[in-house]
Amino acid sequence: MDRRKIEENIFKSLMIASTLIILSSLMIILITVIVNGLPAMNLAMITQTPKGGYYLGKEGGILNAIVGSLYLAGGATFLAILISLPVVLYLNVYAKKGSRLVIFTRFSFDVLWGVPSIVYGAFGFSIMLFLGVRASLLGGIIAVSLLILPIMSRAMDEVIRMIPEELLDASYALGATRFETALKVVTRQAMPGILTAVLIAFGRGIGDAASVIFTAGFSDYIPYSLLRPVATLPLAIFFQLGTPFPEVQNRAYASAFILTVIILIISIVSRILARRFTKHIVK
Amino acid sequence: MEFRTHISVQNLNVFYGNEQALKNITVDIPDKKITAIIGPSGCGKTTLLKSFNRLIDSIDGIKVSGKVLVDGENIFDPKVEVTRIRKKMGLLSQKPYPLPMSIYDNIAYGPRIHGIKDKKRLNEIVEHYLKESGLWYEVKDRLHSPASRLSVGQQQRLCLARGLAIEPEIILGDEPTSALDPKSSQRIEHRFLVLKKQYTVVIVTHILRQAKRLADYVIFLYLGELIEHGPAENVFNNPKEEMTKEYIKGIIS
Ligand SMILES: Nc1ncnc2c1ncn2[C@@H]1O[C@H](COP(=O)(O)OP(=O)(O)O)[C@@H](O)[C@H]1O
Ligand SMILES: [Mg+2]
Repeated sequence: MDRRKIEENIFKSLMIASTLIILSSLMIILITVIVNGLPAMNLAMITQTPKGGYYLGKEGGILNAIVGSLYLAGGATFLAILISLPVVLYLNVYAKKGSRLVIFTRFSFDVLWGVPSIVYGAFGFSIMLFLGVRASLLGGIIAVSLLILPIMSRAMDEVIRMIPEELLDASYALGATRFETALKVVTRQAMPGILTAVLIAFGRGIGDAASVIFTAGFSDYIPYSLLRPVATLPLAIFFQLGTPFPEVQNRAYASAFILTVIILIISIVSRILARRFTKHIVK
Repeated sequence: MEFRTHISVQNLNVFYGNEQALKNITVDIPDKKITAIIGPSGCGKTTLLKSFNRLIDSIDGIKVSGKVLVDGENIFDPKVEVTRIRKKMGLLSQKPYPLPMSIYDNIAYGPRIHGIKDKKRLNEIVEHYLKESGLWYEVKDRLHSPASRLSVGQQQRLCLARGLAIEPEIILGDEPTSALDPKSSQRIEHRFLVLKKQYTVVIVTHILRQAKRLADYVIFLYLGELIEHGPAENVFNNPKEEMTKEYIKGIIS
């Protein structure tokens, strides 16, 4: 065999191996979660709050953490949209392309993306001290929104940057202002991408433990106030795994399974929504 | 040829950074006629056209000096509100860009942003301008389906209807048939001939035969300079400049 053919084959096997590693890690994680979680899976897990405390309790469920996580990630995602969307619209519609501010803002998204989530937890905690807020749903929402802000902004920016200049010109030529163009044309054209960005951010937010450990606290009840501590699935997993009792540890795996299913459902829903918007897009 | 001036370009210079794209252009564009801007690629045709509705404003590093008077008003005057100038003109670009919405909403977009809310009135506008652009009978049963599903030729006529719906006085076309098949091009050309009764039409084209078929008045640009302008029959049959002769004979392109 000649050298180029050998080269080709080596690279082909390397690529296949990498793909297999990714797929098998995913399978192994899912299998571990399901096998270990199965003994604890029952209807009570998703319909009841824990009995006997979240740390040691072997009865009841984790409804508090499910609802808590949905509230928290939902609230944080909402807050992050309110900030991300104006930022990326500013970068792409208003600001001068290639200006220092634009370059610097994009650069800071990249840096913020890489900051570990415990740092957002600590930062959120110091904001809470400043505002006089204790560990609570509100505190958690603030910390998680900070965590997912760069993720969401960057993902939105990537899609909005792809919109052809001529499409914006078509709107301007009709006498539309930048604001009208941003709101009615840019967001519509980018809608599938915006939905994906929101989904990625939500997934990251609902799965993160470190940012909520000081800011959201934990509780055994279903959250009823923004100012009360709230349980979250990642922390429920963390606490339950930390007990010496195998039964409770199984509950941790069951909780992880529930978290995975929630993320799966949200991915599917957002994909369906994105497809509904894609039909309007002209490439 | 006697005519009333609609757009008057006076000593217009346009720079992209340090590169000068238009060099001291002075020309009057006649009212309710078809004016063709011709010249080889890169000579500044698009730049000239886009300075009429100030679409060049948003390009970074652009510098403009000189005047463009529309109905006697200098559109580059800082006090002028750009949206009002743009409302006077409908634009057709090289490739049609329908807005990401339904056929109906594409047409209603302009009227809506200019304050028309009445449903009945909007329905009338949509129907009227789709008829005027010759698209009505093809789309009247699917007004609420996405504009992106139309063929490119239909999209260009949709863009024409969308531009007409803001009730402009001027129609600008930047090589509006270059992305279209011969049949669709013919349709658009035919529309222009009808529309010039009511509107001032300015089209950029690098197709000489198209300019000959359509134009009443011709502006010939070369490397950012205005070489020659005048009534179409003069420019095509008796060009004054050597450069124009060569371009028309196809020696330079
Ligand atoms: N956005 C831009 N930035 C920098 N230079 C440009 C830009 N647009 C056009 N130019 C330059 O200006 C000149 C004229 O361009 P254009 O008006 O598009 O010509 P035409 O439409 O006749 O092909 C060309 O040399 C082109 O490279
Ligand atoms: Mg051009």
